[in-house]
Amino acid sequence: MSLASLPLTVAAPETHGFLSPTGVEIAFLLVGLVTFGAALITVTTRQLVHAALWLVVTLGGLAVEYLLLTAEFIAWVQVLIYVGSVVVLLLFGLMLTKAPIGRSPDADSGNRWAALTVAVASAAALVWVVVDAFRTTWIDLDGPAAGSTEATGASLFQNWVLPFEALSVLLLAALVGAIVLSRKAKAESASPPVNSRAVSGGSPSVPDSRNHPIRRKEPVTGTRATTGSGSTTGTGSTPGTASTPGTASTTSAGTAPGAGSATGAESAAGAKPATAAESAEQEGAR
Amino acid sequence: MNDALDVALRLLIVFVVFLTFPLIVGQTEHKVMAHMQGRLGPMYAGGFHGWAQLVADGVKFAQKEDVVPAGADRRIFQLAPAVALLPYLLVLLAIPIGPGEGAVGEVIDAGVFFVLAVMGVGVLGSLMAGWASANKFSLLGGLRTAAQLLAYELPMLLTAASVAMAAGTVSLPGIVDAFEWWWLPWQIVGAIVFFVAGLAELQRPPFDMPVADSEIIFGAYTEYTGLRFALFLLAEYAGIIVLCGLTTVLFLGGWHGPWGADGLGWVWTLLKTAVLAFVVIWLRVTYPRLREDQLQKLSWTLLVPLSLAQIALTGIVKVVIQ
Repeated sequence: MSLASLPLTVAAPETHGFLSPTGVEIAFLLVGLVTFGAALITVTTRQLVHAALWLVVTLGGLAVEYLLLTAEFIAWVQVLIYVGSVVVLLLFGLMLTKAPIGRSPDADSGNRWAALTVAVASAAALVWVVVDAFRTTWIDLDGPAAGSTEATGASLFQNWVLPFEALSVLLLAALVGAIVLSRKAKAESASPPVNSRAVSGGSPSVPDSRNHPIRRKEPVTGTRATTGSGSTTGTGSTPGTASTPGTASTTSAGTAPGAGSATGAESAAGAKPATAAESAEQEGAR
Repeated sequence: MNDALDVALRLLIVFVVFLTFPLIVGQTEHKVMAHMQGRLGPMYAGGFHGWAQLVADGVKFAQKEDVVPAGADRRIFQLAPAVALLPYLLVLLAIPIGPGEGAVGEVIDAGVFFVLAVMGVGVLGSLMAGWASANKFSLLGGLRTAAQLLAYELPMLLTAASVAMAAGTVSLPGIVDAFEWWWLPWQIVGAIVFFVAGLAELQRPPFDMPVADSEIIFGAYTEYTGLRFALFLLAEYAGIIVLCGLTTVLFLGGWHGPWGADGLGWVWTLLKTAVLAFVVIWLRVTYPRLREDQLQKLSWTLLVPLSLAQIALTGIVKVVIQ
């Protein structure tokens, strides 16, 4: 048996009523309330990273609910995929683009009423379908675990093979689509757009998180060109847009001591061959 | 009552292991690294060959002031060490060191998935620390941690799945029960990939770009002091124990030894774990740090294809011998 349900296995009554709940049912309700609360905070908080972390609580609460229903395999997969990978990916994306400490005034979208309508409608549809499908089904928590790995596997590959394979094809399509999109973006990045937010300045607490040098190569070459002695030739050889992020990163280097050296070290560590070739060209032009 | 006592005793034993074994590995690392580099290492604390060096370090850490930077997100900054450390305690519960019910903290039906899932949660601690410190070096460290985890989680899962296929079960004691000696050559590629990916997930050298001291000070842990910093270090060494224990259980046959598993099975498990821990230390002294792009390339172009090939091999052999 699992850890969480170990102290909670109370003998289920013969007749199922709502007035004499068992320990597991009470625990299920409480965890459900916590999960629901965390979900509400996730969508209402104005701090972006806090929202992602509350999402961890929400998804973890769902995993505990699966455990209480003896679906151990599903519970661990939930933790593995959602908490371990999806949220990490989310946090990675946030840190790479925009993760200010404190409130984000622009966290609320103008579409929130439409979003709320869609969310409530889909939740209602899901609840209706699930309640209608499992109206009088009760899980015997004392017998052999109905959601063990063996039972889940047998059911998945005997009764539900076709949906399973269809989902696999869907995932494959998503995978191929992601590769196609990233290749297209690579071809277009020959003339990168100006990062307008970098000019207007990032959040004061995380100084350089918006014009981060890992993703864009222009600020890196720009810094090199301006810090070098023959700066005019270096900036001239790059496209006209490059000068703006270059100045932005030098000003941030002025406000935070040591930032310039960090960008330099970063470019040396993570520079792609293309960047190296570009800077070599600049050296030649100079 | 007896059951409650049994559970309490198991939890206590696991907790003691969790507190002592990382210190033993840490002390071994001090001495082994020193001797490999022609030094003596700690010699004074405690008298005999400096055995109490890490205890003294612990006292020192506990005395230091616990500083939270002014610009930091206080609650998340303070919560992060616990999030980094606790998962390893939970994983230790599920690792069996001997045959039978008595030698494992808690038998878990889907043990392989449990340990990998919970280990993945520990990385959230580093991410939280990196973001909440309000320091750009910390943020860079957090970014590198996330990128590294995303790259190495996949080969780890795939190779663990290969062993589970071979054994026909996802329970950790079940996998060791099904182990035969010829699994060693059969799963050797998977074992190496698992171990390397685990090292990368722990951010141990040569995969320690997230804490590369010459580039970004100490990555996500730059702003931490005192006890919270010590907790992060403890998490790293507990991670070594967990990784070596898991590799032993999944790929090296756990308590199986050349002279049978009667009575002394747990000695074999501990011995194999200790040898692997020595290898981890050895690698730290031997190899220079990889660059960030080399790290990603190693994972996506080498480890993932190798683990897929291992799965294919496992499947073919499994079908042939049935």
